[in-house]
Amino acid sequence: MADKKKVLVIGGGFSGLTAAVETAEAGSDVVIVEKTAFLGGRVAQLNKYFPKLCPPNCGLEINFKRIKNNADITIYTLAEVESISGQEGNFNVTVKLHPRFVNDKCTACNACNEVCPVEMPNEFNYGLDKTKAAYINHNQTFPFTYVIDGKHCKGKACAKCVEVCKYDAIDLDMKPETVSLNVAAIVLATGWESYDISKLDNLGGGRIKNVITNMQMERLASQNGPTGGKILRPSDGKEPKNIAFVQCAGSRDENHLPYCSYICCMASLKQATYLREQYPDSKVSIFYIDMRTPGRYEQFYWKVKDDPGVTLTKGKVAKITEDTKTGDVELVVEDVLANNRITEKYDMVVLAAGMVPSTKDSKIPGEISYTHEGFVVPAFLKKGMFAVGSLKSPVDVARSVQDATGVAIKTIQSSRR
Amino acid sequence: MEKKYGVYLCKGCGIGEAVDLEKLKTRAALKGKVPADIIKEHQVLCSPEGLELIKNDIKEGTNTLIIGACSPRVKTDEFDFPGAITERVNLREFVAWTAEPMSDDAQSIANDYMVMGIIKAQKGDLPEPSILPDLSTALLVVGGGAAGLSAALEAANAGYQVVLVEKEAELGGWGAKLYKETPRSHPFEKLEEPKIFDKIKEVEAHQNIKVFKSSVIEKTDGQPGLLDVTIGKNGSSETVKVGAVIMATGWKPYDASKLEHLGYGKPNVITNVQMEEMAKKGKITRPSDGKEAKKVAFIQCAGSRDANHLPYCSSFCCATSLKQAKYVREKSDDAIAMIFYKDIRTPGQTELFYKSMQNDPGVLLTKAEVTGISDAPNGNLYVEADNTLLGEKIKVEADLVVLATGIVPSTRAPQEYLDGLTEAGKKGDEAKKVYLESTPKPEFILNLAYKQGPEIPTLENAYGFADSGFICFQYETRRTGIYAAGCVKQPMTMADAAEDAAGAALKAIQCVEHVAKGIAVHPRAWDITFPDPLMIKCTSCKRCTEECPFSAIEEDEKGTPFYKLNRCRRCGTCMGACPERIVSFKDFSVDMVGTMIKSIEVDEDEFRIIVLACENDAYPALDSAAIKRIKLNPKVRIIPVRCLGSMNLVWVSDGFSRGIDGMMLLGCKYGENYQCHFIKGSELANYRFSKVKETLDKLQLESDRCQLVQVAINEYDKLPEMINDFVERVEEIGPNPFKEF
Repeated sequence: MADKKKVLVIGGGFSGLTAAVETAEAGSDVVIVEKTAFLGGRVAQLNKYFPKLCPPNCGLEINFKRIKNNADITIYTLAEVESISGQEGNFNVTVKLHPRFVNDKCTACNACNEVCPVEMPNEFNYGLDKTKAAYINHNQTFPFTYVIDGKHCKGKACAKCVEVCKYDAIDLDMKPETVSLNVAAIVLATGWESYDISKLDNLGGGRIKNVITNMQMERLASQNGPTGGKILRPSDGKEPKNIAFVQCAGSRDENHLPYCSYICCMASLKQATYLREQYPDSKVSIFYIDMRTPGRYEQFYWKVKDDPGVTLTKGKVAKITEDTKTGDVELVVEDVLANNRITEKYDMVVLAAGMVPSTKDSKIPGEISYTHEGFVVPAFLKKGMFAVGSLKSPVDVARSVQDATGVAIKTIQSSRR
Repeated sequence: MEKKYGVYLCKGCGIGEAVDLEKLKTRAALKGKVPADIIKEHQVLCSPEGLELIKNDIKEGTNTLIIGACSPRVKTDEFDFPGAITERVNLREFVAWTAEPMSDDAQSIANDYMVMGIIKAQKGDLPEPSILPDLSTALLVVGGGAAGLSAALEAANAGYQVVLVEKEAELGGWGAKLYKETPRSHPFEKLEEPKIFDKIKEVEAHQNIKVFKSSVIEKTDGQPGLLDVTIGKNGSSETVKVGAVIMATGWKPYDASKLEHLGYGKPNVITNVQMEEMAKKGKITRPSDGKEAKKVAFIQCAGSRDANHLPYCSSFCCATSLKQAKYVREKSDDAIAMIFYKDIRTPGQTELFYKSMQNDPGVLLTKAEVTGISDAPNGNLYVEADNTLLGEKIKVEADLVVLATGIVPSTRAPQEYLDGLTEAGKKGDEAKKVYLESTPKPEFILNLAYKQGPEIPTLENAYGFADSGFICFQYETRRTGIYAAGCVKQPMTMADAAEDAAGAALKAIQCVEHVAKGIAVHPRAWDITFPDPLMIKCTSCKRCTEECPFSAIEEDEKGTPFYKLNRCRRCGTCMGACPERIVSFKDFSVDMVGTMIKSIEVDEDEFRIIVLACENDAYPALDSAAIKRIKLNPKVRIIPVRCLGSMNLVWVSDGFSRGIDGMMLLGCKYGENYQCHFIKGSELANYRFSKVKETLDKLQLESDRCQLVQVAINEYDKLPEMINDFVERVEEIGPNPFKEF
């Protein structure tokens, strides 16, 4: 085999992590470039996986352990690729490193967080609560090093964190840096964002307090979320006992996302189990166009369907309004099989918001072709560049893992030529 | 290696304020039997200056380090000292962050942990890998369909030799029988020419691939890196040596003869497989009279999503029927296609194809419960359906009906046969004999010459699919070095199968590369230690050969167990199973943990509880509780283990005979949706614990003093309370009467 050349993975979510770790364990050097301060992406925000209802942090922990035990993986967080040139076997990439303001001496003792006077919306929890400007996103995170949010931090005028840090770990003068990499292959794994529900005006997205997204629901149900895992509705902290799920919120809709987002049916069924487990007297209604639970997921659908507390209705939700006095939410639905119109009130409504490839709004530098919806077109990618997971089409974690593992062999083909 | 010890205590992160380090030093030196002057402290051990202190000692010959600082899960780069035995003691998370600072409890906990750390380092040794000779890096691909061809090509293009075995006379599988493929690329509207023929050509011409057609695997013997595969072809046999296997043996269509209620058996009712054959030949005609079909009805989920047939969705049939509807429309302008579905399932961008078909006025789609197919005049058929979008109870005439039949994995028949055999075996030898004589033996796939059976054991309730039990790790099977891909694993489309096959090929490559270096594969893909039994004491009880989740231990003709080391995943289940306690790893052994347990200080008037925690999930959960500064019960002492499967019962008597009051095991959820990374570790530990009663009875102790608790990594905030509950129960029972001895 020729010399070992590096492989670059852009994105440190589950696809990127998988591509990186699998490539490294097959004997190649890998560099991960992650935009945020921590690895794990969307998966780190999930409470449980469907259909096993097991905690995603379990798999993340194993992958983080694989990284810790592998000298061939280099990680850059708060990093963005600025340019890509060259070709397979010899790509030149420049990466901009944004300052973390915290160096490797950080022991994650939490002293900076305690003294930080700045509160900012917690993005990890989709704005459902606040976090300090000096923070970690959750307590099983990786790298286990704090970060200071440059936008919200008051800087040297405050510097309380600098004073309190016993380990000389905070450097508010930290400047952006640029690193240049030469790599043989590039994996694009920048993942997805939730569809912006404020565009769903008829569904009250972003306007009605007790209309939340499926990803916000994951955070509400998570032990490390804004409510410590207790599902409470945002407007008044009331326990929601009567909840509706609106499927295809944005998806399968020419005016929004023409494609199916793959995961939302299973996600809503799964979230129905969160509610039913936490509040045995709760009622869950799911309104769907087609129930899409491919393969053995069907069994999970049957299990949830058998729960008398869960009602499934084939129907399109036409309108959602708010009762401003009570905070309750009213739904108008066309029940297509019964051919009638249902109007019903709920404590809270979850919009099964679709997946939007991150490349819809932030393109990766280099000659990459995208569809109208922002998906990467794999056939037009340069040799030696590979897209994985939800960058090509909406997929679940299982399929992303298959795809990312498969891409690892392609990077080896590129790097050992 | 002659050990020269260095013990280091960090004062940072609150440790210095929680514990009297002078007392700790004295205690550690005394009980750990190390000179007091080798115990050093530093304000911040992970700082460059702190690390310098350790590195200078290493330069002076120190090679065995005990570092009392933070959790071994953090600062891993800092405390990485290649060539030295490094034992990390978790004084930060388990003492400073969870115990009352400067209390007797905190001091006692820190003392115990430091002493245990020193003992662990004393009992351990620097591992060296075991590398077996004459290893092969070639890969065997079983199955030459879409998945198998892709796996073979990907591996061959990565520079590996491949042996491809196909049962049929030609390569290509179902993919070669298709007329067209569903659209795979933007704008997802045009049917595509099958790409499989290019792949077949490429495979047959590839210098790294050797193809065996009309061939089956007669026997697979050995272990990863050293697998002797006997390939049978036309009555003759040939043996090839490979390092790892990709099982891509695909699927069979569901037996349509079981679908009489949907009209199968009537001349003009065909399956989607027959439809492909017909479209490929030319016109779409009716079998009864050869007339061109003008009104074609497609019945979705024919067998699939049906508790009486296949209780799963076959994943590709919706897109396939839409594609076949397009055949109908393209081959004849005035023909119409009607699709009766439960739900249309075209996930992801395949939705765009569905949309384009919805726009065709000649394609009618309705949700329906098809209640029957009956005869109409002229050889036509009525499709009777209820609850449709067109109304209740409708009857639509068609001149051809296509049943969208689903898939059955090729692993299902052998699995069912073997399950039946196991059941019969439980009833005795006679029942087994009757079973073998009366049950037709299906085609086996791998014919493994393994103690635990000839095929990969499939998951419970997976209907024979050779699926992984893990969402995060899609290629896990219970036979190391054998990876399933494509529809044998999960129902999937051909495009997905090609991606999946590439992944399986990568895992196979990792496996051969790792065994060449003597490193384990997932989930301990860095581990060079291995089980090293003291065979002279083996009594051939066979518990290890039965309990090993990966069938890594065989028996010779005298019944003496021996390891096929490259199958081993290093979970230590054999170490836990062995009643003679003869299995050891260089850094983990029964004696090591037993001695650690025995070193725990037990006061007459104090309760002391041992917690054995799975290092994969329970231990990180304990760390996380500490990060939240949730107080841990000061009566417990936590010892991490590789997997609860490594829990040896002797540890119970080690503990109780020394006055320990209770023992708690923290492991992963088990059962159908098990979370154990080694399949059955916690379940086996629980089974062993249920046997513990005997041991306790002998000691005249209550068995409630032992409990296994299943805990997930995200349950960290409940975990301290779970521990408290257990401690309270033990306190109710009262102190261990052995304390006074």
